[in-house]
Amino acid sequence: MALITGLAVESLAIRRGERELFGEMSFTVGAGEVVALTGANGAGKTSLLRAVAGFIAPSAGRVRFDGPGGQIDADEARRDHCHLIGHQDGLAGARTVRDEINFAVRWTGGDEDGALAAADRLGLTRMLDLAVRRLSAGQRRRLALVRLIAVARTIWLLDEPLTPLDGAGRALVANVMSGHLAGGGVILVAVHDPLPMTARCVAVGP
Amino acid sequence: MIAALANPLRFMAFSRLAAPILAVLAVGLAGAGLWLGFAAPPDYQQGETVRIMFVHVPAAWVSMLAYACLGVASFFSLVFRHALADAAAKAAAPLGAAFTLLALITGSLWGRPMWGAWWVWGDARLVSVLVLFLLFVGYMALRASIDDEGKAARAAEILALIGLINLPIIKFSVDWWNTLHQGESILRAGGPTLANVYLVPLLLMGAGYAAAFGALWLARTRAEVWRRRAVSLALQAALA
Amino acid sequence: MSALTLLFRRELSLAWGRGGGALLTVGFFAAAAMMFALAAGPSPERLAVVAGGVTWAALALASLLSLDRMFERDFDNGALELLALGPLSLEAVSAVKCMAQWAAGGAPLALGAPLVAMALGARPQSAPLIAAVAALGGIAFAFLGGTGAALALNSRRGGVLIALIVLPLLTAPVVFGGSAIAAFAGGLPWTTGFILLGAYSLAAAALAPFAMAGACRSALS
Repeated sequence: MALITGLAVESLAIRRGERELFGEMSFTVGAGEVVALTGANGAGKTSLLRAVAGFIAPSAGRVRFDGPGGQIDADEARRDHCHLIGHQDGLAGARTVRDEINFAVRWTGGDEDGALAAADRLGLTRMLDLAVRRLSAGQRRRLALVRLIAVARTIWLLDEPLTPLDGAGRALVANVMSGHLAGGGVILVAVHDPLPMTARCVAVGP
Repeated sequence: MIAALANPLRFMAFSRLAAPILAVLAVGLAGAGLWLGFAAPPDYQQGETVRIMFVHVPAAWVSMLAYACLGVASFFSLVFRHALADAAAKAAAPLGAAFTLLALITGSLWGRPMWGAWWVWGDARLVSVLVLFLLFVGYMALRASIDDEGKAARAAEILALIGLINLPIIKFSVDWWNTLHQGESILRAGGPTLANVYLVPLLLMGAGYAAAFGALWLARTRAEVWRRRAVSLALQAALA
Repeated sequence: MSALTLLFRRELSLAWGRGGGALLTVGFFAAAAMMFALAAGPSPERLAVVAGGVTWAALALASLLSLDRMFERDFDNGALELLALGPLSLEAVSAVKCMAQWAAGGAPLALGAPLVAMALGARPQSAPLIAAVAALGGIAFAFLGGTGAALALNSRRGGVLIALIVLPLLTAPVVFGGSAIAAFAGGLPWTTGFILLGAYSLAAAALAPFAMAGACRSALS
């Protein structure tokens, strides 16, 4: 877990088609810190997250990942040390919950026992043999978050993780996030509503 | 020279002169080719209809030239992320499709008196040109059906390069398929080697068609560059 | 379990779809071949002459089915991002998807092809070659089809556009495979066509993943 000490966004600018989403954004997120990206719809929160994840090439600036010995190769950091949970669930409707959890966890380097334990923590055990399409939006969101718990990676990039969740779900996930931060993790999260924890807010917009 | 033309301003200045010059050249060359073509004696087998060759064969040549240009422009667009290269690729496609269609129609017209049918699968060149036409249509359809222009450009350039790599293989496969079933291509006047009296006008027509393609391609690329500027200005005005 | 096996099992299970995927593909194949037979008229001798070719053509068309779900399913629900950030490169992911597509569609088609050909009047001795050509050519169809599917990711039209893009590219493998089948039926040497088909399929399997990965990256950006 101590392989990454933080990430830094340096003078980042992103274009989507003809539009420049925002001017030069700079901020850092260190170990144990959470930064909440706020802003109106379409302001560029998701694009910023995806630029950090490496999907979008910025029109200016860069994203830096830091380790104890200095900078870390961005590609390696993204593949091995980041969890990205977009605001879609990344789940195939036709498969069972158990199959999807097992795939996602093993794909990111975990094992089946960790997957089941994580599912249990998120209250999904009784749904394991249901098809994913039968779950509610909140249950699917919790399903998507299983790999955060099952596989330890330092950086969490989350796009509106709490939106479809009910009160109990939000409390649960907030708990999980706090635990991650306490262990030196880094969280960059895009939100509409305020997070149920203290976080540094960075406004995204032109 | 391509590197020099990569600068959009220099390209616009160059093409402003080059396009009309090429157009005049095209008319001159094609005119000379046609005149010589009609002056040449009729073929001992095909009679007067051999003259359709002067319209058909250069069209087939230029259709392949057009795809090669599409491929090269797409390559530059992919490797150098050059917007002008992408504009050139987009501009070349409908032109190539038009020349290909011309080749197909004139090929069919040429074949009708010879074979008594409007189309045969026995001519390797005709079949290759048909596949080429479908490649152009597929390229244009892909570009048209992706809304985001940047993503459309990326996908289209990959498709163009795949088509370019496949084109020699397709040509080979159709040629080989034909040698299994028939003799050589039957759309040849005067046997496998062409008499000079036919060859010279044919080459002139070929050069004329190529010049026409060049002129039209430059003109369409310019139009595409202007269109993109207009879209950009409109967006800026709307968002300001 | 290696990442390759893990992904393959997932892709295969999704492409197979509890048997529905293969059933759909083979069902369409049989129906298309039947259409050819009905349209060709009642003369069985005439049909027997073209039986191998018609089977092969119907198979090429049937392999275009379900292409649009190959990448679009994962792209729409966000799973493609998970796959892109995983232990395998996008090129490897694309190749695995194509192999799963072949296993769920191409392989059943290859098994059914001799039966369909014989139903149309082909000699039983041609069955092994038809199956082999179908299996080998199916690889080319899966990889070329996957390329079309990846390229069409951002488009508004799914299946028809993919078919339009892919069909001209199928010319070479269709010609090679069709020549092998026709040559065998005519008692002529068939090995050249078969080898050319094999070479093309291998080349497609080696090169198409790069195109697919490029198309996916563009779509994800």
